[in-house]
Amino acid sequence: MNLHSNGVAMLKRIKGRIIAQGIGEGPAVVTRQPLSFLGGVDPKQGVITDPHHELRGTSIVGTVLAFPQGKGSTVGSYVLYQLKRNDKAPAAIINALSETIVAVGAIISNIPLIDKLELDPIAAIKPGSHVLVNCIEGFVEVEK
Amino acid sequence: MHLTRDEEDVLAGESGAVKQKAMEILVALGNIYNAERLIPIESAQIAGVSYKTIGEAGLEYLTDLSGKVVVPTMLNPMGMDRYKWRQMGIDETFVERQLAIIRRYELLGIDAQCTCTPYYVNAPRAGAHLSWAESSAVSYANSVLGARTNREGGPSALAAALVGKTPYYGYHRDENRVPDISVRIDFPLAGSDFGALGYVVGKMVRSQVPQFSFVAPPNADELKALGAAMAASGSVALFFANEQAKPREILEIDRSDVDIYSSSEPEVIVLGCPHCSRSELAEIARLLEGRTTVRPLWICTSRFVADRSGSVISRIEASGARVICDTCMIVSPAFEKRRMMVNSGKALEYGPSLCNSHTFIGTTANCITAACTA
Repeated sequence: MNLHSNGVAMLKRIKGRIIAQGIGEGPAVVTRQPLSFLGGVDPKQGVITDPHHELRGTSIVGTVLAFPQGKGSTVGSYVLYQLKRNDKAPAAIINALSETIVAVGAIISNIPLIDKLELDPIAAIKPGSHVLVNCIEGFVEVEK
Repeated sequence: MHLTRDEEDVLAGESGAVKQKAMEILVALGNIYNAERLIPIESAQIAGVSYKTIGEAGLEYLTDLSGKVVVPTMLNPMGMDRYKWRQMGIDETFVERQLAIIRRYELLGIDAQCTCTPYYVNAPRAGAHLSWAESSAVSYANSVLGARTNREGGPSALAAALVGKTPYYGYHRDENRVPDISVRIDFPLAGSDFGALGYVVGKMVRSQVPQFSFVAPPNADELKALGAAMAASGSVALFFANEQAKPREILEIDRSDVDIYSSSEPEVIVLGCPHCSRSELAEIARLLEGRTTVRPLWICTSRFVADRSGSVISRIEASGARVICDTCMIVSPAFEKRRMMVNSGKALEYGPSLCNSHTFIGTTANCITAACTA
């Protein structure tokens, strides 16, 4: 469902904390597992490759990617930068609680990043549903 | 977080886009970790230097950066000795990419001394605030030198170097520089035993601040080995040795816990993780006196220390062993998929995961004997 063509007031705003500025939207990819970008995401294809991750094989290109937080090497920040340069980055990222790797990666790559939403984003966001992340005003807009 | 007017100006882009991004990083980290303000740092040390580690991703990022660091800044080891890469068997494509990374860092005004022991080159004073990334150097600066640094990532240390500041949280603050757990050792330890001990204790205490009581006070090289191993097998960034106030929670370590030595036949022996001090080089030279290596023995140190240890290095190399600078067994591609013997708890932790090498630990003396025995 595309919320913007639908026109009906079925949108719900959830406030959060801005980590990296900007606005992005796209279909949601949601996981309860932390994500390592170095070794866990292919920077050329924008696909999760970590063999132990539940989303292995999933494309994150142009998505709103919601996951608890990053893990692994701080080189992961540069992998986010490489994804952006290759036009394979997510449109925006939602974290439960951001840490250094994803925060730095999002800032240097101009990928909007929000965390500490008023509601648990992993529960509130349906995978595949359209989500808008506004990191100018500090909210996400999801389907009710 | 409260920013001064000057800091606000940098954040608004008045010092250019690169410093603006760097300031955005520092502010974001300050917000995440609840820092109330930024504080000035006296030096920075940047990880993410080897092409093996940061690859094209890091090189692309560095290539797009411009500007100059505003505090003295050094680098972690790279993937090869700057001059002896042929001896190490490094291929020319790697060399070309690696040197491109170093050039980018140099253009940013960074001193391209590539070492995990920057404190041998320029020791910070007690109480100095730093942004260092190499985990063993963080531990040494905090625990042995009394300086103050969080365990930075490569990109966050670079941001701090460009701005000259870091958010005031974590190990910069007094209230976080207190021990969480007592670790009691009531048997004597020497030399590489401290690396083995750190390997074992790091897994137990993870990110806590341990306070050790030892039978006899360790020397600086031993504290270096202990901290490096705990930072690798756990994420310890600060520890104490032999002070008065003891935390109530006590961890008792027995001699058998620390006996993780193994003597299976190595294909290669590599010492110097972290990079050897002058006294460690002298000890290796003494152990090698009159002997000839029959297996490859590599010894890693900084170019700074090597330049000041010429005669000791000649004595070491007379045995057939090779001293290399700027690099180490973990970040160089030269030591991958080998049966590797080390004297370091840190290398023991990272050898399997980062080099895909079957790695085992011996004392320094046992490593030398293994290298000289068919």
